[in-house]
Amino acid sequence: MNHLIAFKTIVRKEIYRFLRIWPQTLLPPAITTALYFLIFGKLMGDRIGTINGATYMDYIVPGIILMSVISHAYSNVVSSFYSTKFQRNIEELLVAPVPNWVILAGYVSGGIARGLLVGVVVALISQIFTDIPVNNAMIAVSSAILTATVFALAGFINATLAESFDDISLIPNFVLTPLSYLGGVFYSVDMLPGIWQKISLGNPILYMINSFRYGLIGITDIDVQLAFAMTGGFILLLTLTSLILLHKGIGIKN
Amino acid sequence: MKALSLRNLRKTYNNGFEALKGIDLDVEAGDFFALLGPNGAGKSSAIGIISSLVNPTSGSVSVFGHNLKTEREKAKSCIGLVPQEINFNQFDTVKAIVFNQAGYYGMPRKLALQRTEYCLKQMDLWDKRDSVSRRLSGGMKRRVMIARAMVHAPKLLILDEPTAGVDIEIRRAMWKLMKEVNEQGTTIILTTHYLEEAESLCRNIAIIDQGKIVENTDMASLLARLNLDHFVLDLAESVTAMPHLQGYHVEQISGKVLNVAVPKEAGLNQLFNQLSAQNIKVMSMKNKTNRLEQLFMDLIESKPVSANP
Ligand SMILES: Nc1ncnc2c1ncn2[C@@H]1O[C@H](COP(=O)(O)OP(=O)(O)OP(=O)(O)O)[C@@H](O)[C@H]1O
Ligand SMILES: [Mg+2]
Repeated sequence: MNHLIAFKTIVRKEIYRFLRIWPQTLLPPAITTALYFLIFGKLMGDRIGTINGATYMDYIVPGIILMSVISHAYSNVVSSFYSTKFQRNIEELLVAPVPNWVILAGYVSGGIARGLLVGVVVALISQIFTDIPVNNAMIAVSSAILTATVFALAGFINATLAESFDDISLIPNFVLTPLSYLGGVFYSVDMLPGIWQKISLGNPILYMINSFRYGLIGITDIDVQLAFAMTGGFILLLTLTSLILLHKGIGIKN
Repeated sequence: MKALSLRNLRKTYNNGFEALKGIDLDVEAGDFFALLGPNGAGKSSAIGIISSLVNPTSGSVSVFGHNLKTEREKAKSCIGLVPQEINFNQFDTVKAIVFNQAGYYGMPRKLALQRTEYCLKQMDLWDKRDSVSRRLSGGMKRRVMIARAMVHAPKLLILDEPTAGVDIEIRRAMWKLMKEVNEQGTTIILTTHYLEEAESLCRNIAIIDQGKIVENTDMASLLARLNLDHFVLDLAESVTAMPHLQGYHVEQISGKVLNVAVPKEAGLNQLFNQLSAQNIKVMSMKNKTNRLEQLFMDLIESKPVSANP
């Protein structure tokens, strides 16, 4: 059985989907982040000064890139897989000899592709405002890929459990966005009062943003190895959860 | 070789409703098989289990000797499914729907393109290949699903009411196609509410009612079991009194229309002899009900009506 062809078919379909609707998928993050850079980085950043030796603009660029990667990897999978479920064309995959892990890998790869493409777009836009010296490309790229994987998986689980369109906007609005903002996009955790520093350490996004920031500008609040280990752990946990949900047919089979 | 073999198949849905109450069924390779039954009988539930869309509660399914539990991928590769309800992505083009399905079955790109073209042409949809499927008519959507089901040249084609809501011209074309596909060796399982369709196409038949198989035999011997044929006679002139016809049961519908029940062994000659003798001129005659329909009603009506929908 050729699973590679099935995998490629899913990924290609997913990539076509978000490219076809690029005014909804690629344009908005370009505009929003350009405004972030302009307002926070340029206008306010000049008054804020430096953080840990970096200009405020340089400090927020990695966080804003990764925040875009997170939200787009997540929303690609959650909306695509939910509508596949909703329109019942998931049945096309269920009748075919496609194992569950191929279905999961296909949709997650689609989400990673969208997350990374948006990340690249945002990174290019940041170049209008500043010149980021890449400290360690390997670390930057791998933390972006791993982060996209975590949130693509999370989006998949959300879509599987969702029973209405409300359910697929709940998590992004009430969990992802707050956690991203509190994950140190705009500040260093060192700037927080003691107790809040401790609480922040419970936020997984904090680790991902810091390792990515280390890859780009060489500054981090967190040990990078720990950050990678945590991200890897999340990937494992979420993959297992997704496979169990698929195996039981939760949300997709009677 | 059995194309399909079901053993004690049961399905109880999450809400506690028992849709299948232990089904046993065998379909021989190469057969054209009718799975009939009233609304809610459990046909689609059984098909859902066979095609991996519904988890069975218990029982076993084997497709061309491959057990659906232990050799799932092999079993799946043998099946092509045309589901009862439209289930493709309404924003995709016709071609993408069929081509992607080939990909899911692991077909290399070049072959997939060839098969997509072949199946769309067979379904008279090649002109529509670049149309967004949402804009197709209902009958066209159904044909898209048939093309999609055939793209990987399955050995067993299962069609769940493929001709519902399809105009007569296209329905005829579908019948012709199904016959051809069957003659080329594909086993077909068909569900339909048009009994004349099942009667003219299928060689074997199972009737399912309230989750149980109530009849499973070949079409010819089922039809042979009917011992009455019903005819409607149109008369040249009104008859005032109901004519007495020895050996036949007559019912007067109106002055010029009679219903006659003809026992198999009696034949029609005696009927016309008697009519001529009584100076009753018959202008035309037609078979009253479809024969299968009669049998079907007898089988279904003999069952107690359940409280469940
Ligand atoms: N997901 C479900 N949950 C609960 N009950 C269901 C579900 N799907 C079907 N049923 C019930 O199971 C029974 C059989 O349904 P099924 O769709 O198999 O019938 P069918 O023979 O295909 O009927 P039709 O000719 O109308 O298509 C019905 O009573 C139906 O209400
Ligand atoms: Mg049905």
